Amino acid sequence: MSIEISALRFSYSNIEILKGINLTIEPGATLSILGSNGSGKTTLLNIIAGLLAPAGGNLLYDGKPMAEFAPEAMARIVGFVPQTIIPAFDYSVLEYVVTGCAPYIGTFGRPKSVHYDIAMEAIFEMGISHLANKSYRLISGGERQQVSIARVIAQKPAYILLDEPTSHLDYGNQARTLNTIKKLANDGYGVVFTTHNPDQALLVGGKCAVLGRDGRLASGGSLELISKELLASIYNINVDIARFGDKGRQVCFIPQLDDDGGL
Amino acid sequence: MPESKEKYRATMLIATTLLSVLAAAALCFGRYSANPLDVLEAARGKLSGSTTNAAMETIVFKVRLPRVAASVLIGCALSLSGAAYQSTFRNPLVSPDLLGVSSGASLGAAIALYFGMPLSSVQLFAFAGGIAAVLAAASLPKLLRNPSNMALVLSGIIVSSFMNAVIGIVKLLSREQDQLAAIVFWQMGSLSRINSKQLLSSAPVIVACSAVMIAISWRMNILSFGEEEARSVGVNVPRLRAIAIICASLLTASSVSISGSIGWIGLVIPHFGRLICGSDNTRLMPLAAALGGIFLLLIDTAARTATSIEIPISILTGLIGAPMYAWLLFKLRAKIT
Repeated sequence: MSIEISALRFSYSNIEILKGINLTIEPGATLSILGSNGSGKTTLLNIIAGLLAPAGGNLLYDGKPMAEFAPEAMARIVGFVPQTIIPAFDYSVLEYVVTGCAPYIGTFGRPKSVHYDIAMEAIFEMGISHLANKSYRLISGGERQQVSIARVIAQKPAYILLDEPTSHLDYGNQARTLNTIKKLANDGYGVVFTTHNPDQALLVGGKCAVLGRDGRLASGGSLELISKELLASIYNINVDIARFGDKGRQVCFIPQLDDDGGL
Repeated sequence: MPESKEKYRATMLIATTLLSVLAAAALCFGRYSANPLDVLEAARGKLSGSTTNAAMETIVFKVRLPRVAASVLIGCALSLSGAAYQSTFRNPLVSPDLLGVSSGASLGAAIALYFGMPLSSVQLFAFAGGIAAVLAAASLPKLLRNPSNMALVLSGIIVSSFMNAVIGIVKLLSREQDQLAAIVFWQMGSLSRINSKQLLSSAPVIVACSAVMIAISWRMNILSFGEEEARSVGVNVPRLRAIAIICASLLTASSVSISGSIGWIGLVIPHFGRLICGSDNTRLMPLAAALGGIFLLLIDTAARTATSIEIPISILTGLIGAPMYAWLLFKLRAKIT
């Protein structure tokens, strides 16, 4: 069942940043969202996650307005991985991941062994079983990213949204996270992520949506949509696209810095 | 399941056993007689109806028992409400006193005492004052658009100073002979005038709110990760937060209305509990309740037996609680930002 967005609008203190967005998000596929700083990527993601209410337009899941779903039902449709979480108190990784089971546990309930099993499975799936009993505060940024994804897997939503999942990660962890995103889509989840690196959209493939400076959105297959002209219009810089390597992967890169340092 | 489940069970067993033993021992301490056999005899007399020592029976059942029970209940209540506020505001620095809840409840109670209202109204006013204070303290950082831990602590200080100033006005307006004496005596934080009637009016509220807090303790974990986090896993944040704040404020207000404001317990004991069993509220809340009961029971027993005069409880909780908090901050390496 797909998520259908039409004529979606949103403003921050009278400045309209999303002007009539139309977008369909499918299960079992990836959607990368590109856009300049302040173009509204995170805002759009928050609206899809139900964390922000749009100013206008429609947001439908299975043909029903998403605002009509109760919080617990909504959490079974969409899971959200925020950029960073700094907990005020110290919890173990397992205690944190098991909170993903909250939509399946009543207000006065607490996790039972079946929920801990689900959490341990999700932790295993992310290949971080050795972290299960570690303190969430004492693990690295890359590990926290994996723990957050494990939590959303334990949540078992239809769609997983990730807000700039690679922004605080080293090169290797960025690649690992992109691999995970692809794998989640292969497992049947609809995966939506925002990124500041257009090459990640090319690397992951799937669908891509670009939020322009005019508050409008263009979408299509990543490889077809992303062009030199499009990237130049988003970032106001010169970007080249070429095919490299044995498999002829489409790559975008900055050819060189201006001789005068861009001044 | 987390591997240390057995260890936690053992810890809880030790804490509750200690609490029971100490409570039984506290019944034997006092100025009149400190002989456990006398207490046993009084208990036997009360149960069988054939009293041999009427004075001892009165002392054990009308004086010591309500006081011991009250100190345990109030210790539990203050410690639990501290743990609840800390998770709700995801801030390890807050407590019923720092948020101004205690002062607000004191103001409410002082107003009721000024008008000579009955005990039930004192409780009701204490609760209204406590809720007003916590709402004011929580909304000030929003108005300032500063969601930091420090802004909340500062607004708590502002609210409690203001409430204390208003209490000053109420005292100033009071008649010295009766109203003022009632307010001042009660404000010092003492369990010396506790009676069964007061205890029975507060105990059901404390027990019920503690039960609710412990029932929602796992959801409180999720709330302590932050609002966005909690909403994304389907938690109804406004509702959960309202339940937590109402329960925590009722716990504080019920305590304040019978014992006056007692500082430090709500701040220190939950941290002490975290040091033993970690931050998971499903474990922390029951343990913090037991530890709070033990702490106040020890303090109050010392207050009534250590010297020939009764020592106000707040003096002792401050004397012990403040250095203990300093030590805990060092131990937890608390990140204060």
